[in-house]
Amino acid sequence: MSFVLSNDIAYLKQRARDVRIEILKMLTVAGSGHTGGSLSGADIVTALYFFKMRHKPDAPDWRERDRFILSKGHAAPLLYAVLALAGYFDKGLLTTLRKIDSPLQGHPSSRMLKGVEVSTGSLGQGLSISNGIALGLKLDGLDSRVYCLLGDGELQEGQIWEAAMTSSHYRLDNLCVIIDNNGLQIDGFCDDVMKVEPIDDKWKGFGWNVIDIDGHAMSQVTDALNRAENEKGRPTVIVARTVKGKGVSFFEGRAEYHGMAPTSDELARALKEIG
Amino acid sequence: MGERVHDIAGQGKGPDRKAAATRDAYGKALLELGKKRSDVVVLDADLSNSTKTRSFAHAFPERFFNMGISEQDMVGTAAGLSLTGKLPFASTFAIFETGRAWEQIRQTLCYSRLNVKLVATHGGITVGEDGASHQALEDIALMRVLPEMTVIVPADGLETEQVINAIADYHGPVYVRLGRSKVPVLMPDDYLFRLGRAHIFHLGKDANIIASGIMVNEAITARNVLGERGIDAGVINMPTIKPLDEDAVLRAADSGLIVTAEEHSVIGGLGSAVCELLSEKRPTRVRRVGVKDRFGRSGKPEELMRVYGLTSGDIADTILGELNR
Repeated sequence: MSFVLSNDIAYLKQRARDVRIEILKMLTVAGSGHTGGSLSGADIVTALYFFKMRHKPDAPDWRERDRFILSKGHAAPLLYAVLALAGYFDKGLLTTLRKIDSPLQGHPSSRMLKGVEVSTGSLGQGLSISNGIALGLKLDGLDSRVYCLLGDGELQEGQIWEAAMTSSHYRLDNLCVIIDNNGLQIDGFCDDVMKVEPIDDKWKGFGWNVIDIDGHAMSQVTDALNRAENEKGRPTVIVARTVKGKGVSFFEGRAEYHGMAPTSDELARALKEIG
Repeated sequence: MGERVHDIAGQGKGPDRKAAATRDAYGKALLELGKKRSDVVVLDADLSNSTKTRSFAHAFPERFFNMGISEQDMVGTAAGLSLTGKLPFASTFAIFETGRAWEQIRQTLCYSRLNVKLVATHGGITVGEDGASHQALEDIALMRVLPEMTVIVPADGLETEQVINAIADYHGPVYVRLGRSKVPVLMPDDYLFRLGRAHIFHLGKDANIIASGIMVNEAITARNVLGERGIDAGVINMPTIKPLDEDAVLRAADSGLIVTAEEHSVIGGLGSAVCELLSEKRPTRVRRVGVKDRFGRSGKPEELMRVYGLTSGDIADTILGELNR
């Protein structure tokens, strides 16, 4: 069965629910991993893989594919769930997350798992890589696009701003950054740890087209991705206001679930909530 | 002593055969490579005049990316370009390339085993007047410790040109360390660089000097000086520090004394690599000529080599001391 993109919002919402369920299940089996930031980005990455990006799960190296770079590599469970549901590999593999000999490493490894464009996990590096891909695609005359998911805490890394300058300098309009702006990082609120706001003004100052959305409103996500594609001569950043742990009430907005997996009991309650 | 002795006897002294800095040879080789291969792209961090990538930049402006003063971003961008099938060469000064961007090199280039060539200039103490901040004495150690990384230090312009062509045909991350100052051409005209292979000028009966970079020239001079005193010291050029040519090192151990010579800290570089191998495979007396766990300073290259113990005399004295002569 070949893979087909969809612009049916109800379908995409259902896919995002499926993605959240797989995230929670694999994290519970693994017993460790990053729950909060995987759930907060679920709607965005679902929209990318099931609505927007040209890609072929049965041909992950297809030259003309759009690329997705998960700069916030700790959201690996999110990427794995989406890749599995899109058909890149068997869903059964998800329960091997973080286990010895599993291709599903704690943070994504491109040499171990097809569909992962490049290994990430050390924050701040994905945007530079995305810039390089965007430059290479332009050199080749391809109209493929590059999507890069950043965390908001990740904006504290200096390399992000080196790279933000580069995208703008080289007018990389085939690049779209999405910021998973859930407001939390390991040690607490970003605003308390190291203030990253005003995010929009910073990117505007660096010459980017900035689109502000609710990162859980599927129609806003799909609309923003379309608008980004139509912007010419400069890169676009979608600042997606999100909730850490989104979808599970007792995880939402709690920094301690940044790096903690659900217990079996929590999983049962969470699955009931998601329905 | 055989014929080979005379081959190298004239090379440590006398008028230079086309003396050139290895960075100049890089600039030329890169330009030629760019003409042959359209997949070659070059990145620099605001030092293209010094690293000599500028001639490529002028010839192929659409394939040259000045990243400004941002080494970490340069490495990441090079990584991305390689992911689209390009062959990126990323250049800046050795200390900034390997030090400032070390974790990017580890996480992105090596862990994903990307086809990026890091060709750094201004390695070692002979950077000269700019002083310690710009003298990379730790870069080889920093790169050698990384899985998947290949580390090369050419001895002269001829070898540099061949190295650049060789690494273009090799898939994977490579670090090449070049120098600022002129060095005489040492390698024979028919020399062919091969990745992971040493060039044995001569195997000595009394001692063998394993050297890389500008220290190969010093080693040859030391051999000549020692020869006049009846001591047979061999010279091995070890351009590939990783993977090390183990066979060449083990053969050199036959003499019972090995002296390593490098324009780098004695910690973590060629000397360490040789010691690591020999201690496990064939314990042999090794003495390391290099910078003794210190920072550099300002001065003329030749003054610095003297102050930091990196001359042919230092190599010869080390051997004389060990042989109780």
